Amino acid sequence: MPGRTSSRRGWNEIVRTLTYAEAIREAHALLLASDPRVFVVGQGVWSPWYVGSSMQGLDVEFGRDRIMDSPVSENAVTGLAVGAALAGLRPIVVHPRMDFMLLAVDPIVNQAANWSYMFNGALGVPVVVRAIVNRGGEQAAQHSQSLQAVFAHVPGLKVVMPATPRDAKGLLIDAVYDGNPVVYIDDRWLYGESGEVPEGLYRVPIGTGRRLRTGTDVTVVATSIMVPRALDAAERLNRAGISVEVIDLRSVKPWDRDLVFSSVRKTGRLVVADAAWEGFGTAAEILAAAATEVLDALQAPPRRVCLPDTPAPMSRHQERAYYPTAESIAAAVQATTTTTRGARSGALPADA
Amino acid sequence: MIPSVPFVEGLYASMLRIRRVEECIADLVERGEVLCPCHLCIGQEAIPAGICAALRRDDYVWGGHRSHGHYLAKGGDLTGLLAEILGKPSGCSGGRGGSMHLFAPEVGILGTVPLVAATIPLAVGAALATRRLKTDRVSVSFFGDGATEEGHYHESVNLAALWKLPVVFVCENNLYASHLSLSERRAAEAIVDTARALGVPGDQVDGNDVLAVHTAAVQAVAHARAVGPVFLECRTFRWRGHVGPAEDLDVGVRRRADLAGWMANDPIARAGAWLQAAGMDAGRLAAIERDAREEVRAALARAKAAPDARPEDAGAHVFAARVE
Ligand SMILES: Cc1ncc(C[n+]2csc(CCOP(=O)(O)OP(=O)(O)O)c2C)c(N)n1
Ligand SMILES: [Mg+2]
Repeated sequence: MPGRTSSRRGWNEIVRTLTYAEAIREAHALLLASDPRVFVVGQGVWSPWYVGSSMQGLDVEFGRDRIMDSPVSENAVTGLAVGAALAGLRPIVVHPRMDFMLLAVDPIVNQAANWSYMFNGALGVPVVVRAIVNRGGEQAAQHSQSLQAVFAHVPGLKVVMPATPRDAKGLLIDAVYDGNPVVYIDDRWLYGESGEVPEGLYRVPIGTGRRLRTGTDVTVVATSIMVPRALDAAERLNRAGISVEVIDLRSVKPWDRDLVFSSVRKTGRLVVADAAWEGFGTAAEILAAAATEVLDALQAPPRRVCLPDTPAPMSRHQERAYYPTAESIAAAVQATTTTTRGARSGALPADA
Repeated sequence: MIPSVPFVEGLYASMLRIRRVEECIADLVERGEVLCPCHLCIGQEAIPAGICAALRRDDYVWGGHRSHGHYLAKGGDLTGLLAEILGKPSGCSGGRGGSMHLFAPEVGILGTVPLVAATIPLAVGAALATRRLKTDRVSVSFFGDGATEEGHYHESVNLAALWKLPVVFVCENNLYASHLSLSERRAAEAIVDTARALGVPGDQVDGNDVLAVHTAAVQAVAHARAVGPVFLECRTFRWRGHVGPAEDLDVGVRRRADLAGWMANDPIARAGAWLQAAGMDAGRLAAIERDAREEVRAALARAKAAPDARPEDAGAHVFAARVE
């Protein structure tokens, strides 16, 4: 990006500060420039109204035959991307809102997810399905949903949720070359966040998490928009004498069990923050796995910071209460430090 | 048949009321008092006014993200609309939906929702219900040109044709779906042909001529009630941006050039000119204007005075009550 300061990290890495949206744009630009098989199709990819600045000018730079804005046809456009992937291209299909992507569940869940398995591993579907989460602003129930758990539930799909500009770029590039359908979920609330981003085509491996802050008392695993909030909470708690380790999950499926479990073995306490519904969700999966794998290490019942089991409300007064904040995370962390497993079991009735 | 002056006056007043309400909503958005996305139908008022005037109170009307006009023309309560947009519990949807989710079952509106084309199959289902329940209601499905790009639009038209259901499909073809013009989205010009191909009769109508729309609607509704589905493609243009009050945000030069011509083709001015030519004096037109402004002013005051939503109520109504 012109006008930005850059610095060298290591012997060959040039790092600049970019926003999350700029990092997504840069990943697209590098992929399009380096691989003629890559193309983008989806609604609003010519318009900032839909995709913020994450696609800005790409249609001019690479031509509208490779950046294809589409009719209002989510199902067909996604099926087209799946077919193009089977026939040798590397499509990125964009759904400017995850809510609208539900019209394309068949090509994603029935088709792309199963293809490799149904044909005995002979042909995978190297398609990236990019879903943008766009919520708040009184948009209400059908313009708010963050459905990572729905897609992570399905065998054959990978699901990533970058929280930082560096990962937004590196995960998109890895997704294009994963060989499998990858649901790539970015969040409009993160578009203005800045961070260091290396130049060039680097990959952030799907399936790896990242420790963003080391701590000794409680492990907070966060996804997407909850990552900056978790860091914020960790900072505040640090001043209160609680040392929080923050892990950015960044890949929901597969997820980095080794990283999470080794952290929990160290801290003995776990909070998972995921701005999606609590029930049957991403946080539930991590808690279940922790209960199975590292129960001995857990000194307190693990906790979730998620959305209540309610569609998104509309009124600003209700929205404010609905979305979890740094305070919600801090409160959950504090709760894990004031309860212990021993105290819990001691409270069981005598005949239990 | 030449329509009567009082009847045209009614259509004129209905259109003018929709416009003044939407201008009020535009102001509220500009002042930051309304946050929820508001899609205005300013410039397109002849379609909701002309169609709904051909309906009975118990006929169904289905809409989408741009449905203030449908709600008002069908008889939805104005204070309830404004309160809804302000997020008040007294709103027509209890403050749960805002502009894009309107509800007025007392006049046949069981819900308008912003997922494009979502209510088209629902309209067909309601038509099936009216048949099964042995009533003679019709079900009107309002949708945009963009909605006809969804597969379930075509599937729904086919079902209605196959089962001869009392549906009037009304495509409000304003030549744009958000930032893309019609020619950027489809190779074939006439949307009405998509219905004809499935065996549903239809016409293209000047969507800025309220009398033409109304005449077509009367025939369509009669056909739907007695025989089966009909399709009307009403050509029009929205004056404001895809969403919000600005004239436009991101659609470039072409739309701007076309807009002037469409504003000169204002459906309200056209109906006003008809009335004057038929002998109505300017004082009467001014009185209609005054009444509309006064009604909007009073409704807004009532809507604003109502209490705000309470955070602790956000979890209510995830499930409805049991029905037997
Ligand atoms: C299923 C779905 N896809 C995409 C959108 C985003 N969207 C909202 S309105 C709109 C354009 C619809 O155009 P049209 O049907 O012509 O109606 P108009 O806005 O012109 O009244 C789009 C694409 C949506 N709301 N729902
Ligand atoms: Mg349109």
